[in-house]
Amino acid sequence: MKQFAALVYTIGTSTKTNEKLQALQDYFAAAPEKDMVWVIAVFSGRRPKRIVNSTFLKDLCIEICNIPYWLFEECYHTVGDLGETIALLLPEPGTLAAGLQDVNTTEKTLSYYLEHFISILKEPDEIRKTFILNSWQQMDRNEKFVFNKLITGGFRIGVSQTIMVKALAKTKQVSPSVIAHRISGNWDPATTTADDLLSESSSTIDHSKPYPFYLSYAVEGEPADLGDINEWTAEWKWDGIRGQIIKRNNELFVWSRGEELVTEKFPEYHAFAPALPDGLVLDGEIICLDTSAGDGIIKPLPFAVLQTRIGRKNISKKQLTGAPVGFIAYDILEYEGKDLREEPFINRRTLLEQVIATVNNPMLLISPTVQATDWQTLHTSRAGSREKGSEGLMLKRNNSPYLSGRKKGDWWKWKIDALTIDAVMIYAQKGHGRRSNLYTDYTFAVKDGDKLVPFAKAYSGLTDKEFAQVDAFVKRNSIEKFGPVRTVKPELVFEIAFEGIAASNRHKSGVALRFPRISRWRSDKTVDEINTLDDLKEILRMYNAGI
Amino acid sequence: MPLIEFTDKGLYCPQGQFYIDPWKPVNRAVITHAHSDHARWGSKHYLCHHLTKPILQLRLGDNQYETVAWNEPVTMNGVKISLHPAGHIIGSSQIRVEYGGEVWVVSGDYKTEDDGISGAFEPVRCHTFITESTFGLPIYKWKPQQEIFNDIQHWIIQNNAAGKTSVLIAYSLGKAQRILKPLSETGLPVFLHGAVFNVHEALLHAGIDLPAVQRVQPTTLKAETQGNIVIAPSGADGSPWIKKFAPYSVGLCSGWMQVRGNTRRRNADAGFALSDHADWDGLLQAVKATGAEKVFATHGFQAAFSRYLNEQGIEAAEIKTEYGNDEEENITETEKQDTP
Repeated sequence: MKQFAALVYTIGTSTKTNEKLQALQDYFAAAPEKDMVWVIAVFSGRRPKRIVNSTFLKDLCIEICNIPYWLFEECYHTVGDLGETIALLLPEPGTLAAGLQDVNTTEKTLSYYLEHFISILKEPDEIRKTFILNSWQQMDRNEKFVFNKLITGGFRIGVSQTIMVKALAKTKQVSPSVIAHRISGNWDPATTTADDLLSESSSTIDHSKPYPFYLSYAVEGEPADLGDINEWTAEWKWDGIRGQIIKRNNELFVWSRGEELVTEKFPEYHAFAPALPDGLVLDGEIICLDTSAGDGIIKPLPFAVLQTRIGRKNISKKQLTGAPVGFIAYDILEYEGKDLREEPFINRRTLLEQVIATVNNPMLLISPTVQATDWQTLHTSRAGSREKGSEGLMLKRNNSPYLSGRKKGDWWKWKIDALTIDAVMIYAQKGHGRRSNLYTDYTFAVKDGDKLVPFAKAYSGLTDKEFAQVDAFVKRNSIEKFGPVRTVKPELVFEIAFEGIAASNRHKSGVALRFPRISRWRSDKTVDEINTLDDLKEILRMYNAGI
Repeated sequence: MPLIEFTDKGLYCPQGQFYIDPWKPVNRAVITHAHSDHARWGSKHYLCHHLTKPILQLRLGDNQYETVAWNEPVTMNGVKISLHPAGHIIGSSQIRVEYGGEVWVVSGDYKTEDDGISGAFEPVRCHTFITESTFGLPIYKWKPQQEIFNDIQHWIIQNNAAGKTSVLIAYSLGKAQRILKPLSETGLPVFLHGAVFNVHEALLHAGIDLPAVQRVQPTTLKAETQGNIVIAPSGADGSPWIKKFAPYSVGLCSGWMQVRGNTRRRNADAGFALSDHADWDGLLQAVKATGAEKVFATHGFQAAFSRYLNEQGIEAAEIKTEYGNDEEENITETEKQDTP
């Protein structure tokens, strides 16, 4: 555990990707095999089930430290991370309250802790409590932090999957794309060995395994700079959830981009699954479609409609008819069991067209290409994106392979300009992670007569320097405190950008925004000059009309 | 009439007609220590500790300064004033004010751990205690300074082995002097940014014994600094000045580094939670040692700290001051041009 805590510390403090890479390589070279498997699992989001929830852990800390509940909350909002707050509050090793049994203090491995978590999952509270207390007692602050993070949740500490894959590839002398594929999909770190996972000759076949997604960057400058338009294919960019449909051994698997297996959530796909050829992997967009016209033309429903479907375990009949989910296919990655990723895009596209045409189902569509013989025409087409229910264009080089991860060069997204509105900040809350103890999470309002109506929260879009200035403003101009939230004198005006807008009866303003963020600080504007609720409703009307 | 009032110019003793650490120009100012949020420009007459004066002269220029030693009372309009070691930086003092049998103490900034150069914090019995609360949350519990020094030395040796210069960002008055001894123990030469060097010189002139250092000059060669140690104020972090030391590693020495997010936000390679302020336990210990019936908490987590004291049965309230705005030390334009 000490080794792993040291790794997390190094990664957490290093500012350079190469240092992180080196730290991971050093770790992988020296770590016990079992620990290595667990580290891969943890850094790729495969944490074991929580042995206790965060309230349990928090209460335990409060009990040991003998501090009032409100003081714990103050600390938490200052630190911005529960696991770290607890690690900072707990007494030093060996000084925990008396009454605890004297435990074996030999150094335990990471896998010991994680496997112990699993073994006591169903045990009574007392047993899990004792295990946590005994563990804390033997750990220094860094180890406690890591231990708490393993229990409480998302292990986001600045290691991207790409860096980890690179480090593993170097350590094991296997190509990064092989590693990326191996560690994707469904595997259980408790029963998987490092050999199963990483060796070139691995025999364990997991039929559900998706391919790592290829992601694009936004176009820099003018698309015309990309060269001859005939070397490129343009498609609409759809706003749903990126996903892969897999059929192997006559079984269907559906993966979301977050590498979550979501097969059971979309019964629509089960309807066309029998018609899919076996040994097939499709990449595309999971998206709600309006198929009422029956003309095969893609009419996506707003993302907000899809949100009513995801996160639900049981889907009602009403949802199935009101928010039917289709799949707009972009690419074909495997056909008849053969990996096609190295084939040129244009060849894959031709094959994809044939496959989709053969299946012939209204919920499985191909993403249409946008024809243009010069970049100017494409500019004009892009301007009509909203009308199509799309958020812009995707540009793909005809001869490009299907790469893994976010790579520059062959695929670009060329989105339409965001919608914007001027609003005033009315609430502020302290941020998390590197924004700890800084007011960086804001709520914005528009005017409605002489009232201010909150309509969006945003956390991003300002520079560190601007955040520091706003933080200082909040500290000097807060009116009231409600728990961690401060109401702030409505004075600072910001331009809020967003990708979409939908009517919502869950929000006071009557609208819900898609991807709201701060586009700039309008220090030239006063609160009297911000937009009104009517302006916002007008944007909604025009957006729905596709204008 | 309370012995000390909270006014818009600062803490005021109406009977003695003097202010303590005023943030606007006044006639008579009693100064706890020479950090710029406590010792401000423009007052007519300053009273401070002997060792505070050279820094005030450096920073505020020539003024009327009266200096005293610790525990050497002076009287102003019948009010007895004495200074007592606060352990924060060289010369830092708590101000004890007594009139008609009533005693108030203003802590200024303080720490309870003896750092070996600032004088050991002395608890002073009083009826009312005005305390700082910069780190008034229980997440702030410092490691003993020797442990932190070991960490810093270890980090420097690693950097040295990798051919990197160790640039330590530290407050030019206080922290910079405090880390000098452990830094010089590495045997590597220590270079100072001009802002740190000026303070260093002033303290040497005042007779303080400090390890040997060199100033980073425009003529300083990279070969001289490479793999060695540089101390710079926070204003120099990320500046063209610092980039000239490449390859280098930046280590921040500040209590704020206790929380990971702060180190990451500052983009530092290493954070050392070395503070010249009392931690949570230090604050509580100091408050209890005064035996005060009433406590006022100034700058920091004053709301949480005073609420906690109230729940512990010690009457406490928070007051708004203009202290504590100096954590990000400003360096003057001329200092910024201090290029290697």
